[in-house]
Amino acid sequence: MSKVFGSGNTACAMAVKDADVDFVAAYPITPQTAVAEKIAAYIAQGIMDANYLPVESEHSAASAIAAASAVGARVFTATASQGLLYMHEILHYAAGGRLPLVMANVNRAVNMPWCLYADHQDAVSQRDTGWIQLFAASNQEIYDSILLAFKVAEEVQIPVMINYDGFLVSHSMMPFETLDENKIKEYLPPYDPSWRLHPQWGGTFGNVTFSEQYVPYRESLTRDVKRAGELIIRCAREFEELTGRWHGGYFDVYRPEDASFFLLSMGSMGKEMELAVDLLRQEGIPAAGLRLRVFCPFPKEELSALLPTGTNLLVFDRNLVYGSAAGVLLQESRAALYDRRDEIRIAGISVGLGGEDLPASLLADKAREMIQEVKK
Amino acid sequence: MDKKIVQPISRPVQGACGVTGTWRSQRPILDTSLCNGCLICWLYCPEAAISREDRDIDFTYCKGCGICAVECGKKAIRMVKEEIK
Ligand code: SF4
Ligand code: SF4
Repeated sequence: MSKVFGSGNTACAMAVKDADVDFVAAYPITPQTAVAEKIAAYIAQGIMDANYLPVESEHSAASAIAAASAVGARVFTATASQGLLYMHEILHYAAGGRLPLVMANVNRAVNMPWCLYADHQDAVSQRDTGWIQLFAASNQEIYDSILLAFKVAEEVQIPVMINYDGFLVSHSMMPFETLDENKIKEYLPPYDPSWRLHPQWGGTFGNVTFSEQYVPYRESLTRDVKRAGELIIRCAREFEELTGRWHGGYFDVYRPEDASFFLLSMGSMGKEMELAVDLLRQEGIPAAGLRLRVFCPFPKEELSALLPTGTNLLVFDRNLVYGSAAGVLLQESRAALYDRRDEIRIAGISVGLGGEDLPASLLADKAREMIQEVKK
Repeated sequence: MDKKIVQPISRPVQGACGVTGTWRSQRPILDTSLCNGCLICWLYCPEAAISREDRDIDFTYCKGCGICAVECGKKAIRMVKEEIK
């Protein structure tokens, strides 16, 4: 184990190096670029034993790692914003193909107008592709989540996306700890697929189906995405036993004692929210923070279990569902809590779009406004 | 890994429509005196029905598509009507 002082992108690249990845294909895009560069440098310097394919686009990056995964390699790519949108077709392909790809998506606003800063529109637009999506809020959490992602992806054969906010996390320097090679081997043994495309294997991959074959595949994918939630928590617990490091389960819960206002958000906003909760608590407002770590599968039952009867959920979305009140988290929360609509009041807003600065004081102001709304 | 996971992979089994040789309405006939052994037919045959060694055609799988006859530069393969015996 060594202590590193580095950026979120460095933490990401180091985790990929340490995870014994076989194949990486990536196309540079702000604010992900340093990930693609650092991994290429590790391989060029001989400190990482992997193949790196410099591709001409994100669509090719996703296609290349999907193909490499099908021949049995442990694979990785990283992207952001438009790059992720360009991969969209292959995201479906990989999830349907049950290929355990791992990708880092450095959350960035989508065009137009052009904008380079933190925003979750890129990731939430991929909600229905069948990928597991995790959100990390610190460089340590990025490093640890990449290792966890490979373990989860390979066990349940579903691709995993690790999200972290562009610039706010990707370019922020923070101390983090790596993990010793022997401990990584214990946690993440070499990938051992049950099949791989090979002339001697004699099978084919992704044949044409009619509805009677297609339906069981789709049903099994949605079932397995759902049960991946428990697997994520189990793998996080195993990681905690091994390293003592814990970032939360489905949620990173802050000051839930006697809370009646739960402030739900994702990514770096969820960490800043802890300071907003402190400000509100100082005024005697019983607030708590819920930083969602597992966006897909959305933990409906677990969210409900965190909220006692008579409490209020205040949702902060860093994305928009156009024409609706706010974003995807508000919709998911309302759907999750529909059966308890007489017990739990919900309000939601979209903030922080395009990297809009979100100091704790502003989040506390927004929370106070929503508290007035739910009290009506 | 959980071995119960439904994977979109296929293993060769006898096709739902029977062996492809039963589809044939035309049959390729090879004139070995014209053949120079270039193996173009072997490369193109979608059913891998042509032998690499002697260009012998396996009529259990030859579906009579005629690709071999079109691709053969020496015109050593001609297609004749399949007769029902
Ligand atoms: S393509 Fe024609 S010439 Fe070439 S091997 Fe086949 S039959 Fe013979
Ligand atoms: S007719 Fe078609 S299937 Fe039969 S040997 Fe020629 S190319 Fe192959």
